[in-house]
Order: sequence, then structure tokens, then C-alpha cells
Amino acid sequence: MFRLISMLRKKGVLAINKRNADYVLRYNPRRLYPLVDDKLRTKELAHANAIAVPELYAKVELEGQVHHLQDVLDSKDDFVLKPAHGSGGEGILVITGQVNGKYRKSDGLLIDRDELNHHIFNILGGLYSIGGQPDKALIEYRVLFDPIFDKISYQGVPDIRIIVFLGVPVMSMVRLPTRMSDGKANLHQGALGAGIDISSGVTLKAVLGNDIVAAHPDTGSSVTGIVIPGWEELLRLASRCYELTGLGYQGVDIVLDRQKGPLILELNARPGLNVQIANNAGLLPRLALVEQHHQDLKDVSQRVEFAKGHFAA
Amino acid sequence: MRKSAGQLNKLHLYIVASVLTVAGLGLFLYKALALGFPLLPRTTTEVWTVEARVSFVAEDKPVKVSMFIPGSTRRFAVVDEHFISSGYGIVAAAEGGNRVVTWSIRKASGKQNLYYQAVIRPVRTASPVPEGEEPAIEAPKFKGPSEEAAKALIADIKAKSADTPTFVGELIKRLNNPNPEDNVKSLLGSKPTQARKVGQAVRILAYAGIPARVVQGIRLQQEKYDFSAKTPLLRWLEVFHNKAWISFDPIRGKTPVPGDWLPWWRGSQGLVQLEGGSKQRVILSLSPKVEEGVTAAVQRGEISKPLLLKFSLFSLPVNTQAVYRVILLIPVGAFLLVILRNIVGIKTFGTFMPVLIALAFRETGLFSGIVLFIVLVSLGLTIRFYMERLKLLVVPRLAAVLILVVGMMAVLSVVTNSLGIHRGLSVALFPMVILTMTIERMSIIWEERGAGEALWAGVGSLVTAALAFLVMNIKYVEHTVFVFPELLLVLLAATMLLGRYSGYRLLDLYRFKALASG
Repeated sequence: MFRLISMLRKKGVLAINKRNADYVLRYNPRRLYPLVDDKLRTKELAHANAIAVPELYAKVELEGQVHHLQDVLDSKDDFVLKPAHGSGGEGILVITGQVNGKYRKSDGLLIDRDELNHHIFNILGGLYSIGGQPDKALIEYRVLFDPIFDKISYQGVPDIRIIVFLGVPVMSMVRLPTRMSDGKANLHQGALGAGIDISSGVTLKAVLGNDIVAAHPDTGSSVTGIVIPGWEELLRLASRCYELTGLGYQGVDIVLDRQKGPLILELNARPGLNVQIANNAGLLPRLALVEQHHQDLKDVSQRVEFAKGHFAA
Repeated sequence: MRKSAGQLNKLHLYIVASVLTVAGLGLFLYKALALGFPLLPRTTTEVWTVEARVSFVAEDKPVKVSMFIPGSTRRFAVVDEHFISSGYGIVAAAEGGNRVVTWSIRKASGKQNLYYQAVIRPVRTASPVPEGEEPAIEAPKFKGPSEEAAKALIADIKAKSADTPTFVGELIKRLNNPNPEDNVKSLLGSKPTQARKVGQAVRILAYAGIPARVVQGIRLQQEKYDFSAKTPLLRWLEVFHNKAWISFDPIRGKTPVPGDWLPWWRGSQGLVQLEGGSKQRVILSLSPKVEEGVTAAVQRGEISKPLLLKFSLFSLPVNTQAVYRVILLIPVGAFLLVILRNIVGIKTFGTFMPVLIALAFRETGLFSGIVLFIVLVSLGLTIRFYMERLKLLVVPRLAAVLILVVGMMAVLSVVTNSLGIHRGLSVALFPMVILTMTIERMSIIWEERGAGEALWAGVGSLVTAALAFLVMNIKYVEHTVFVFPELLLVLLAATMLLGRYSGYRLLDLYRFKALASG
């Protein structure tokens, strides 16, 4: 066991106690949390700063408003329903189309309007929000992901998670939905995580659960060596989120839409640690390097250059 | 710059923690060493308060009430006696080896209440104290066939016993035989009461030349004896042997009697003799008092440091003290939870849910507690899954589950009670709101992340609760936090220090195992 501890130390693996004590508590002032915990506020903030996000079709704050949704739902063939305060991808319902007044979910099953409403009620009642607080439901644009991921994802939307520390992108991975994850891009629900080389934007090996894999379990295609298009732009986008929220340590989730390009999906003030497994590398050395140099990094370009120069796989 | 602020925070924390530790330990050492508060719980020095209440209706005539009262023996010291009665004259006197209190008044009418109170303190004396001369025996008279039966029985037992104790033991065994021999049958008659058996044993022993007497007393347990309902008191035998009276358990024939049997008086007379009244009723009640060691230490402290103890838990009424005995265990459970969650990394439903479940386990017992918990949660989950189809809003659904949980608890109590499983009754002590939230969280995790993860978190909660119970149930822990609550400051300091523990959790090692290999 002590060997294991010293191995993890040597590799600089950041674990949950240290993340909370030395990074989240120290660099993320609590008053800033609502900016990212409420996805509606994140969206508004991003709008104000000309950062692209999925378009908001409608929001529901009270049970009664459900009945006024008909127009919105009729006009949009596909959409995503999500809680404003959800965490870990819980409570997200993706509708890919409508058939005879019913709604087709991303897994192909149909649900009727009552079931859709029930899901909204669950969201409003706080079923998915942190601490069970009453919540808002958001209906927004369904991302049509870039064809580059067609062969390595099963339903759902693959997203790119970039850990940004004091404005410097330090580690990244792409999360690929699988049959097991029910089309969700969440690692602990069974999604595939592939590390991305910060300097080049090329995918590395992937992890499924705790195992390292080379191919997507459902499609069989290799997930290694894929070049993320417009990587530099993604890094700049992620880096800008530091000024956007003021959070020193955050996770930026980006999706690549085939028409609209990169969109910020959500920001996270307590990003998970699995990115380390996907990259087969510890965060601590990179975080320490940024702590040392961030005073000299004046703007987004310098920070991105620093990241590309120091964090090659 | 930020880093130095962090170090400053750490220094601040260390200072606070050491101040707390020093204060807590200092007070603890002072109480333990200077005031002599006992470090360990003492099970045998429990002190009891007994109270006898005699009530009757006076008939406008002179009233005289005599009641036996317990005296100090080599096993019990009777102290702090009080006689409470308005207008009555009181005489306490020794009478044929017993102590008797006599209340008398020239004239009284209406309902009367007389009280006797005393504190009984068990004492430990190694061997019986010699009482000197053997008492004279008045040979009892048996009638006709009984005499022959007694003679035969005595001869038979004498042939099979070595000395007086074995003789008495054998006699008691025969008298209690469910299929008695003919001699015993003719001595006891059909369906003899325990009182008759003990009475006849005394007579047979006397016939055999062994001085013996009946002792009546009570068991030092928290209960009430009500004499108008003719509740039999404990009766046992005392036999004079080797210049001392030794007692015999009247059922098992063993000597001595159990340590919690308090002799009240000798002889087969009733407890109370009443003249000039009717509707007599006697109620004996017993209650345990705080441990003697603590009382003594408190008394010492009250003399030397009045302020320190005036504001201590011992200044509270006894039943409030009992509540705090439990409440003070919660911090211990919470501390354990911090270790299990932040150092081991176990996942539980709700932060402090396991501690509350553990408190319930104290009443239900560990095994039946776990069974009850599993039964309740699985029933609740089944109903919850059914409710999922009804598509209820969140808060009404939670309320519905809560109502069902309460209903299930009631049903479970009734069913287990009728089956004779009395442990089932204690299901009522489970915190039902916490159970409801557990069921809700579990069903959500079940749907969103699968049965495996839900069950895993359920098992984690249950294991944590069981561990918390095992720690909180240690007698020393309960004693220590109650007698030395200042140690909670030390616990607080340790908890705060753990709050800055940023090393790996035990389960992190498993999670990041893949990273250690290459």
C-alpha cells in the first residue's frame, strides 16, 4: 500500500482531499460558485462576453409554465432539456426528434408529453439540484456534434473537458458516450475518456472505468491519434473562462458543433479528477508549474503558449 | 503571495487546535488527577434510591402503621433514610433481627400517604461476618403423615449430603422438582406457591436441627412493586452455618443469592401492618443513581471548586443527564464519520445519516437493527419504484414515502410483537425522515447509475453506521465523554486538523491504481 502511495506521489496524482483543500477552497471563492452552478447565469455571462453557447429556447421556473411550452416545443424538432443546477450530467434529457406528437429520446425510445412534463416537474422540484433546492429547467439547442467523433461515440454528445488553472489550460480529455453510459458523456456513468495532448490536440489513450483501452467498446474504432480540429481556438476559449468567472481552478466543457463550431456547454468549479487517468499523468506537477509562473502570464495568448510549451504529453 | 496566505491559515489552524487541545486536556487532567473523577466506568458501584409509599384510607380513629425497613447488611449499606409523613409520630426500632418503622397518630381521616426513602449502596465484603451464638431453634410441629414425610425426607437427604450447605441445596432441589416424590408432595400439598416452599423448607430445616429463616426482599432493578396487587416479593432462605447466616437461592439451591437481591426483612409476615385504616396499598419503586465514584468526586469538587461543578452536567436532573449521555456520543460518531469519509473514502447517503442510524442501533441492538434497516429500506424502495410510475411531483412524493415509512414502522412493530419478537418494537426509534431521504436518494442513484452503485452506497452507509455503533457503544467511550465532556474540545481540534488533511484517501489508491503502474 505504501508503495502505491509513493508511486502516486511521484506521479503527482491529485486526489479529492487535496483538490478541495488546496485548489478549490483556495482559488475558488464561494461567492463565484453561482456563476457556474446555475447554467442559466453561465449562459448569460458567456453571451455578454461574446462566448458561444448552445442557444436557449425556453426556461421553466414554475410548474404552471409547463403548459405554455407548446409553441416552443412545436417549433423545434430536437432540443435538450436540462436542470439549471444539475451536476454530473444528471437529469439531462436529449430529444432528437418528434413522431406523432411523441418525443424521441437519444436512445431511440419515444416518450409522450406527460412523461416530458414529469421530467420537468422533477427538475423544478430539485431532484437533480445540489442539496435538493428548487430548480429551473432549461430547454436549449441540441448540439449536432462534429463528424470527427462519429466513429468513436455511441449516441449522445462527446464533449471536451479542459482543466484551466489560473487561466492556463493544464490538462484535457474528450469524453465519449458509450452504450453503457446511456449516451451520457460522464465517466462514472461508463463513458470513455481519452486524454488530449495539450500541445498538439491529438488524442492519447483512453480509459473505460479503471481500464486503459485503445478502441471504442461499441464502435470498435480506435480512439487514439485523432486530431481535434481548431485545438488552438479551444485552448483560447477555455483560457478566457478564467476572466469570465474568476474561478482559479475550473473545468471547462466544450462541444464541437458541426455548424456553430465550439460551444461552451458548462463550467465546473469542482471538476473531477478522472482526467488524470485518461492522460496517464498527475495534475500536481502542472499545477505547481502554473503557480510558479502565472504572475508572468499577462494575457490569453501568453497563457495558451505557456500551456502548449510545457504540457506536451 | 497566495501560498503564504495559505501557510498563515495553516498556522492559525494549528494555534487554534493546540489551544483547544491544551484547554481540553488540562481540564481533563485536573478533574481526573486533582478531583479524582473516575477514568473508568464502574458497573458494581451503582447506587439505588428506593422509595416505599404506603397509602390507605383512615377511618377517623387512631392509626398505627408498622412497616419493615431494610437494614445494612454485609452486601448493602442503607444510607440517607427519610421518613415523610405529616403529623405522624415516627419510631424506628430493631425487632427480632429486623428494623421496623412505626408511624402513629391519634386521629386521622381520609386518604393518607406515608413515605420511606433510602439510598442503597452495594458494598463488597469478602466473607460472611460471624454473628456469634447459634440461635435457639423451636422445633416445629408437623401433623400426622407430614411428620413421617419430613422425617423420611431428612433421613434421605442426610444420607446424600456432606454438610449443611449441601443439605440445604439438596432440599431446595427436591422441593422444586417438577415431579416431586411422595414425601415432598405430602409436605407441600398440591400446587405449592414459592412462598409455601420456602416456608416449609425453614420448618423442615428446623426439624433437622438447622436454624433457618425466610428472607423477603426485592431485586435492584428499575421497576415498581405494587403490594395491593399481591405481587410476590422475592423470598429466599437464610441458614445459620459456621456462626453466620448464609443465603440460598430458593430455586437453584445455590449460595449466595445474586448480588442484586436486597433483603428487606426476615420472617414470613407481611411488609406492613395497619391498624385503624383500610384500602391499604404499598408501592415500592426503585431508581438507579449516578455512579458513586462520580458522586463522591462531585462532592469533593463542590467543596473545593464550587464554580466548576455548578456549571457541569452533574448539576442537571438525572433524566436530563441520561439524555446527554447519548447526545455526547454524537460528536464521537461524527469524528468517526470524518475519518471514514475523508481518510478511507467510503461513500454514504447523507453526511450524518449513519450516525443517526447508529444511535437507533443502540436501542435495537446491532443485528436486529441491521435487519430492520434493510427490511425498511427495501420495502420503501419497492414502493418508491412503484410510485415512479405515478409521476408525482418531488415534494408530495417525498411526503408520500415518509407517510409510508411511518406506516411500515407501525406495521412492523405490530407484526414482530405478535410474533413475540420484542426487538421489533424498537423500530420506532429509527429516524424516519432520514430513512425517507435515504430511500429517495437510493432510488435516484439506482435509476441514474444502476443498481450496483446504489447498493454499494447503501452498504457503505450501513457499514459506517455499524462501525459508528460499535464505537459509540463502548462503555468507556460513553463514560469518558459524559464525565469528561471537555475532551470534546480535543475531538474538535482533531476534527479541524483532519479538515486540512489533503493526502490520499484509501479508496483513491484503488481509483488511481492504473496511474501507478506506468
